[in-house]
Amino acid sequence: MMMPVALLLAGLLAANTALAEERQACEIPRSLLFGSNELKHVAEAVTRNHKLTIAVVGSGSSILGGPEGPASAYPARLEAALKQRLPGTEAKVVTLVRSRMSAEDMAHGMGKLLAEEKPDLVIWQTGTLDAIRRIDPDDFRAALEQGLETLQKGGADVILMNMQYSPRTEIMVALGPYADTMRVVAQQHEIPLFDRLAIMHHWSDSGAFDLYAAGKDNVLAHRVHDCIGRGIAAMIVDAAHLRDLKAGQ
Amino acid sequence: MQERPTNMPAPVVVTTERDLRLDLFRGIALWLIFLDHIPSNLVAWVTIRNYGFSDATEIFVFVSGYTAAFVYGREMLQRGFVVAGARILRRVWQIYVAHVFLFAIYLAEISYVATSFENPLYAEEMNILDFLQQPDQTIVQALLLKFKPANMDILPLYIVLLLLFPPILWLLQRRPTLALGASVLLYVLTWQFNWNLPSYPSGHWFFNPFAWQLLFVFGAWCALGGAQRLAAVTRSPITVAIAIAYLVFAFCITLTWYIPGVAGYVPHWLEEAIYPIDKVNLDVLRFAHFLALAVVTVRFVPREWPALKSRWAWPPIVCGQHSLEIFCLGVFLSFAAHFAMVEISGALWMQVLASVVGILIMIAAAWLITWYKKAEARRPGSRPKTMPDADLAGGEA
Repeated sequence: MMMPVALLLAGLLAANTALAEERQACEIPRSLLFGSNELKHVAEAVTRNHKLTIAVVGSGSSILGGPEGPASAYPARLEAALKQRLPGTEAKVVTLVRSRMSAEDMAHGMGKLLAEEKPDLVIWQTGTLDAIRRIDPDDFRAALEQGLETLQKGGADVILMNMQYSPRTEIMVALGPYADTMRVVAQQHEIPLFDRLAIMHHWSDSGAFDLYAAGKDNVLAHRVHDCIGRGIAAMIVDAAHLRDLKAGQ
Repeated sequence: MQERPTNMPAPVVVTTERDLRLDLFRGIALWLIFLDHIPSNLVAWVTIRNYGFSDATEIFVFVSGYTAAFVYGREMLQRGFVVAGARILRRVWQIYVAHVFLFAIYLAEISYVATSFENPLYAEEMNILDFLQQPDQTIVQALLLKFKPANMDILPLYIVLLLLFPPILWLLQRRPTLALGASVLLYVLTWQFNWNLPSYPSGHWFFNPFAWQLLFVFGAWCALGGAQRLAAVTRSPITVAIAIAYLVFAFCITLTWYIPGVAGYVPHWLEEAIYPIDKVNLDVLRFAHFLALAVVTVRFVPREWPALKSRWAWPPIVCGQHSLEIFCLGVFLSFAAHFAMVEISGALWMQVLASVVGILIMIAAAWLITWYKKAEARRPGSRPKTMPDADLAGGEA
């Protein structure tokens, strides 16, 4: 009798810690995630049409390789998280991601994107390649502003997403000026910035993930992307004031 | 090595004794640059860039201009334009060689990463290796100072500044106000017309020499009598009060970058007015911040401050006196510290350890260089030098 109870307890405990670990891994300080900038088009799309189309525009760090890559990368995880959080809404995430794209390359494609996909929200991930190529910070800023203006005129909300925190390469790439530029541009255009750099730094410091790992660890990559997807979902729900929606329905 | 008694008329504007405060602050600047170059280093919170607009770069460039004028200015008065110019060019060559050496270390580090790092999470970051695919292009561009990896921008700036220094020094000795005016004009025109030198594969120099020359020439101008001329202004209580007020303002603005949620308190018009604070072109706000720091420092740290001769001031002073060697060592040590953090542990204890050990190594190396130069000068049968050696006259340029 003792044995099964003990086993059950142990099992429960293990399940509990696994859940706690999972939660802890994805933990993001509120100050990094929630700001005062709102996503009005998203709010309208969800409350009026119960339909939400999101486009992810980005470069290499928005995709994962391998057969499970597409389903494990953060755009797919975001879609899953949104379906869970907004049960009455038809959420769809399309991706326009190609590696080796600078902010300028992506800014040029924004008009076409609006026409083809008609997204309510565009998540624009950029900065890494610009920092690696040491593109003039002024040119980087101009490209960001050009892209954002196209999107905002076209009636889409925008979330900017900056670089990944990569401890092994950080001495070789000066991300600072580019991250600062993105922060300032987001502030001036009053759009939310998903500060992936600070968030992943936080995960590394808190021990949630070992980002120093050098080997071919797909599990780590999948878990990090899952957490990023959930983080963006939380940011969208907050910035579009959808939190009360679920309780109200 | 003995100081040669100067028989010729004393130079009109050159102060004869070296100001130890310069070495002290340049030494501290070198330590701060080292700490700032180690990524994710919590110890770097002590560095001044977190408390205002300017950082150690401004101190380094200003003091370098000051000491260059001090050392080569005397030489130019005593031995003429050609000899002093030749010595400045020899210095340029040394700095160039040092830069190429640092580039070789960078290549070693990045090649190591290329072969050892295959985390699928960081496929995009691996684009830093793109340049290894065209080594012919990259290495030639690096030798031309057009391809400059991260953290390797200061020496190329220093090379260009020194390369153009002989005529500037010549003019500073004759018409100092005109020389400084020309420097300000170049700075203004640079902002007006966006002048800069091109970089490879794209963009421009991270430290725009046409803008940063202002600080270098201003340092040189101060060394050649400008500081005395400004003394009445810099010592006035009004100036000091304005400087302190500005430092407090910059401190408050800087806080909003680091404390989440506070940024909202900065009024929109102020944001529009001050951002972006441009490091590439030595933003006026940065230059003003450096001036304010300098005013406060000159006010509260007098030239004859007894602590300058104490043993506590000796470590930074000796580092500041061998700035080129210690700067290069600092860049190398920041790579080594990053390597240790990646391979052993990135925990806080390692950050503290790497920072402290790095600075100790810098002090030890500076001490060793001083010792070697003294020993070399004392060597029996060594050819007595016919001119005062700039290095021993109290440090190098």
